[in-house]
Amino acid sequence: MKSANSLPIRTAKDTAHKNMLPKLSRRHRTLIVLALTTLLLLSIVTGSYILSDSGLSVNFEIKNQAPSMNNLFGTDWLGRDMFTRTVKGLSLSLGVGMMAALVSAVLALFLGICAATLGKTVDTAVTWLVDLFLGVPHLVIIILIAFSVGGGIRGVIIGVAVTHWPSLARVIRAEVMQLRSAEYVQVSRHLGKSRWWVATHHLLPHLISQFFVGLILLFPHAILHEAGISFLGFGLSPDTPAIGIILSEAMRYLSTGMWWLAFFPGVSLLIMVRAFDILGNNILLLLDPHKAHE
Amino acid sequence: MPLEAKGISFRYGNCPWILKDFSLTVNRGEVVGISGHSGCGKSTLARILSGYEEPQLGTVTLDGKPLPRHGYNPVQLILQHPEKAVNPRWRMDKTINEGWVPDQEMLDAFGINDNWLKRWPNELSAGELQRFCVVRALSSQTSVLIADEMTTMLDALIQAQIWHVVTEIAKKRNLALIVISHEKHLIKRLCQRVIEM
Ligand SMILES: Nc1ncnc2c1ncn2[C@@H]1O[C@H](COP(=O)(O)OP(=O)(O)OP(=O)(O)O)[C@@H](O)[C@H]1O
Ligand SMILES: [Mg+2]
Repeated sequence: MKSANSLPIRTAKDTAHKNMLPKLSRRHRTLIVLALTTLLLLSIVTGSYILSDSGLSVNFEIKNQAPSMNNLFGTDWLGRDMFTRTVKGLSLSLGVGMMAALVSAVLALFLGICAATLGKTVDTAVTWLVDLFLGVPHLVIIILIAFSVGGGIRGVIIGVAVTHWPSLARVIRAEVMQLRSAEYVQVSRHLGKSRWWVATHHLLPHLISQFFVGLILLFPHAILHEAGISFLGFGLSPDTPAIGIILSEAMRYLSTGMWWLAFFPGVSLLIMVRAFDILGNNILLLLDPHKAHE
Repeated sequence: MPLEAKGISFRYGNCPWILKDFSLTVNRGEVVGISGHSGCGKSTLARILSGYEEPQLGTVTLDGKPLPRHGYNPVQLILQHPEKAVNPRWRMDKTINEGWVPDQEMLDAFGINDNWLKRWPNELSAGELQRFCVVRALSSQTSVLIADEMTTMLDALIQAQIWHVVTEIAKKRNLALIVISHEKHLIKRLCQRVIEM
């Protein structure tokens, strides 16, 4: 920040940007996004606990109602409150997405480090796997895996986790290799630091931040894929209130003019996914040491 | 005679030999210059002498013993690009204390400003960063200092200042100093002996 302010020359694009968001450094903007995302997350999770299940019970007296003060997102063909369904659906998707992203990121960290440190054979094997998984469309593999482990939440988590580790693993592998040959790491060894010290002080802090960024960026993918295969009928079972199920059911009623059935759940899903995407990308830029202190 | 290289041959992988049966002895208190055309292997030699690279043939010894593989290396190497030699995620105070804790006198001698210590590496100029790297390499355990194009990136004034302090310290502590540079007049001014590669 200090150095940016003292820079005499600024590009036109820079200034325009600065005027729109006065005095907001990237750090601050990221913090704001982080706060908003956390708030969104918390309200969805607490909302799903607070909202009573009565909104989910069938009530034909109020079926097919457009959005109103009583039913913010309207009601469906069984008279269920769409707001309650959406919040509970999002909450479930969040949980499944979180689990899938976490499993995937841990897998990526493990395989990435193995590839970079355990010699040529392991490296070749991991690289081959990475290319294999990157080459085939995710959805196809997820459906195959989810189908073969018998669907349900477990199937979705395994399917998403197994398909999403390669890009992060590749980043981590490259990162470890580059760090190992970095001059400051070699200097550290010659200053008498042990391998362990170098690993914990130079390598790990770097990887941990990569790991979390990877995790946050994986998260929206995981949610979207969960919703996607549930929508297609290969994921969560139709009686779970997942957002993908809600959307696929809504599709059947779209032609009847009941737009709110798909609109609100869809937009909520998009907002949540975008929020995490923006957060992840902001943190990524923030962690780039050359841009971090702008 | 502290640093001795005997019959060194070196090449990267299957590339042609860069060094063949090369020998060199540098005594304590001596300032030795190494010069040669670009690509003749000066940096490679510096890396071998300081243990960053193992020669395929020959030995490097310090006071008759091979360089230690673990612990503080008494042969310290300073490189041309200081920004690569510091962790970009560390503030400068952590970097400068990595190998030893220099006293205020040392920092003052190199003109290291107190408020630089709290900065990130990208908030310092190359000349400022290089002073940190030099101080970091000058613990009391250091007996040989190898400067590979140490001041090539810096302007004449800063260059003169840094070399003045480094040679003073080398004289005081009786260090061996190896100066690698393509600037002939710098080597001529500093060194008692010049090796042409
Ligand atoms: N890591 C490497 N792998 C393969 N070849 C290398 C490597 N590093 C250097 N070389 C080659 O070794 C030769 C000597 O390089 P070196 O850096 O030692 O030269 P130098 O004398 O320091 O040159 P300069 O004066 O330009 O710094 C060059 O031909 C270079 O291409
Ligand atoms: Mg060189």
